[in-house]
Amino acid sequence: MVNAALAQFQQVFIEESLEGLDTMESSLLALDDGGDAELVHTIFRAAHSIKGGAATFGLPEMSSFTHEAESLLDEVRGGKRAIDGGIVELLLRTVDCLRGMFARARAGEPLNDATAEGLRGELAAMMGRGTAAGGLQARRPADQADAWTIRFRPHAGMLAGGNDPLRLIRELAGLGELAVTAELDRLPALDKLDPTECHLGWTIELAGPAKRADIAAVFDWVEGECELAIEPKHVVAATAPPAAAAPVADVAVARAQRETSAESGTVRVAIDKIDGLINLVGELVITQSMLDTFRDGVDASRLALLEQGLAQLARHTRELQESVMGIRMLPIASVFNRFPRMVRDIGQKLGKQVRLELVGEHTELDKTVLEKIGDPLVHLVRNAIDHGLELPAQRRAAGKGDIGTLRLEASHRGGNIVVEVSDDGAGLNREAIVAKAVQRGLIRSGESLGDEAVAELIFQPGFSTVAVTTDLSGRGVGMDVVRRNVADLGGSVTIRSTPGKGCVFTITLPLTLAIIDGLTAAVGGEHYIVPLVSIVESVQLKREAIKTVAGGGELFRFRGEYLPVIRLHELFGCPDAVRAIDEGLLIVVEGDGARVGLFVDGLIGQQQAVVKSLEANYRRVNGVSGATILADGSVALIVDVAGMVRMQSRRKVA
Amino acid sequence: MSHSANTATASAAEATAPVQYLTVNLAHEEYGIDILAVREIRGWTPVTRIPQAPHYVLGVLNLRGAIVPVLDLRLRFGVVRKEYGATTVTVIVTVAGRHFGVVVDAVSDVLDVAAADVRPVPDMGTTVDTEYLKGLTSLAERMVLLLDVDRLLQPQDAQMLEAALPAAADVQAVA
Amino acid sequence: MAKILAVDDSASMRGMVAFTLRGAGHEVTEAENGQLALDVARGGSFDLVLADVNMPVLDGIAMVRELRGMDSYKGVPILMLTTESHTDKKMEGKAAGATGWLVKPFDPEQLLATVKRVLG
Repeated sequence: MVNAALAQFQQVFIEESLEGLDTMESSLLALDDGGDAELVHTIFRAAHSIKGGAATFGLPEMSSFTHEAESLLDEVRGGKRAIDGGIVELLLRTVDCLRGMFARARAGEPLNDATAEGLRGELAAMMGRGTAAGGLQARRPADQADAWTIRFRPHAGMLAGGNDPLRLIRELAGLGELAVTAELDRLPALDKLDPTECHLGWTIELAGPAKRADIAAVFDWVEGECELAIEPKHVVAATAPPAAAAPVADVAVARAQRETSAESGTVRVAIDKIDGLINLVGELVITQSMLDTFRDGVDASRLALLEQGLAQLARHTRELQESVMGIRMLPIASVFNRFPRMVRDIGQKLGKQVRLELVGEHTELDKTVLEKIGDPLVHLVRNAIDHGLELPAQRRAAGKGDIGTLRLEASHRGGNIVVEVSDDGAGLNREAIVAKAVQRGLIRSGESLGDEAVAELIFQPGFSTVAVTTDLSGRGVGMDVVRRNVADLGGSVTIRSTPGKGCVFTITLPLTLAIIDGLTAAVGGEHYIVPLVSIVESVQLKREAIKTVAGGGELFRFRGEYLPVIRLHELFGCPDAVRAIDEGLLIVVEGDGARVGLFVDGLIGQQQAVVKSLEANYRRVNGVSGATILADGSVALIVDVAGMVRMQSRRKVA
Repeated sequence: MSHSANTATASAAEATAPVQYLTVNLAHEEYGIDILAVREIRGWTPVTRIPQAPHYVLGVLNLRGAIVPVLDLRLRFGVVRKEYGATTVTVIVTVAGRHFGVVVDAVSDVLDVAAADVRPVPDMGTTVDTEYLKGLTSLAERMVLLLDVDRLLQPQDAQMLEAALPAAADVQAVA
Repeated sequence: MAKILAVDDSASMRGMVAFTLRGAGHEVTEAENGQLALDVARGGSFDLVLADVNMPVLDGIAMVRELRGMDSYKGVPILMLTTESHTDKKMEGKAAGATGWLVKPFDPEQLLATVKRVLG
């Protein structure tokens, strides 16, 4: 039972430690950029928590390893040591090493490896001492005797700390038989007596074999708050070795840990999501007790109430289901957070200066998608720095600043999750790609290809344009693998390159399980969800504000530009909808970089929508990205804003 | 000789063990749906209309969190649509892992039909295109048309889908 | 049994402490940092406070100082959770008014024994 709990809390500990390591890493990077002292405290706290927790949760190797790093940090914190690039570097490697150790802890593997041993040595060397002086302190030989005389004189203020002398004496009684004599010599006259102070002292004769350490331990907490003398009466020569109980406990912990670690991945959930669940359960309980009143039968007069109760029950159950699914949704920040470090390392290795911009870190993805999107992103980032961004000299020659910009942006777009990796580097080298493709036999020499077709070539298996493969990108993993990995998630990768200006890789992922915030719009008697992220504004227009153009298109003026009107009732064929512009509402939405006005009857309200696939059982519908289930159990379709914008531009072209 | 004949008969009988059919009423005809394809039967509840759908696809409904299309069997077979009433039901069927609902006038019965009792469908005399029928069987004076559920959303639907797709493909090409 | 306030910014450590104490029949209130603990302490009464030293917002030592300044917490035992490397922290905690300390790593039995020890 206790071991099971320990194993469970060990999982929690690993989760929070990995978070702590992320914090350490980002703080170290910030420190490297000249951050303030508070960062050192943050880093220290993270290391300290890991150290304390590791020992408690059955990972002593990590505890002693972290101890080294903590000691180093303590010196920095105390101003005894100045932080420099070397220390940051060492600590960053320590962070990596600890991540590895946690991964092995999860897998139930031995924690230490050569890297850990090496680092431990480096940390100790940095501290100016050998590895031998590690975590464990030599045990002082136990001083043992058959009987002891203890003189104990509390200082007057000892009681204020919550330590009661009587309690200490009782505790001593656990070690053997006591004969206690009170010393009253310091007792003041009654009129001078402060009852919150201690004026007594005691001489205690302890009979029975006891160790000095055990006696001293009783007075541990009052050290410095009393006079204490512990004298043996008979000295015992030999000392017994300590019992070997501890290792047994370790084994039990290790076993318990292995039992639970088998694929028991955990999810950290935002408090508001849990609060939402608790609220729902609360409502469910209320509904249940309401329904319970029908246990003795239903008469006609209460039929409506019963129906209402059942409908409520159905709704709560459904909402509960959706909320539970929502727990799987996590912000992409956990994936993005690894990039500052990686970009720094790669940039240094290649002699390139890179500024990393992270946008949309709060975009939520399904946990499964999140776990699998990391590798493709890593590859794209490596690729962008290695192949995309130029060396400072080349950038200067091209009239750009020394520092290249790499941008990672996540967003919800048209019912998809879009992650863009863009750089302001040289863009695709058309000639090099074509030459390589010819060499590889992918295309014939002299074949004329459009820009898109050229870009497509880099997604061909085994394609690489760098003459010398670096240890970064030349790992036999190409863009074809990235595309396949993303395709496995039901997504796609596209590339847009502008010579001299840079490249944009766009990963589009379906949000099978994603949750969006949406506005519910009414069209005729029907309800449609418009994703909140794409809404710019809702406006009500006068009839005169609409301009009709040749071909029947309608335009309206919004913030100085003319935007096309898309009448949802026409596109979706909704009967009985409002047709007069001044009786309805235009929702100005933005998708794919362009804006349009969606004409609807009106708005009903805002809600979170769990996006469901229409394609699972049916098929794709133009202008619709998916469906969701409304509170009453009915289905509402979600408007695909980007798709509509594209449809609109297609219409314009046609 | 007689021994081997017996064996042959036995294995033939085994191969043609009776199949259970859920029978439903539709425009005064009785149809059978392989009960193994039937997931559940629910009373008619309004569905959410979907744009660009064939006329017989009424819309989608929420089946315990899954979005499931519902088609009206009358409209599918080109019969005049009937007002939905108390007996109108939606039969949820599963074909190749996909669910869809079929609205019929009423459910009637569950029948055991031996393969030997299934006769081919004559080309005439029913309101339904024989394409969607596996065969028919008679029970006393009742005639039951056995539906080929696999084909209800196909192949015509597949064709309709193809017809609908160029638009979608266009859109993607532009993007 | 006793009403105990457990203060630690680490969810695992706090969870472990609370789980162990609850298993022994104590009523445990959890707080994530010193500031929250003070808020909780003001609103209720506790027989014992267990607090981590290193915490964000308000650390354990500052929290003990504040608690000792409150009339209702003058004599209430307060135990600090420390690590063996920080003997100086123990003394700092003592100076702030802590009753004693628990050295990490602790095991559940040790925790219960210590709690029993201060509660008498």
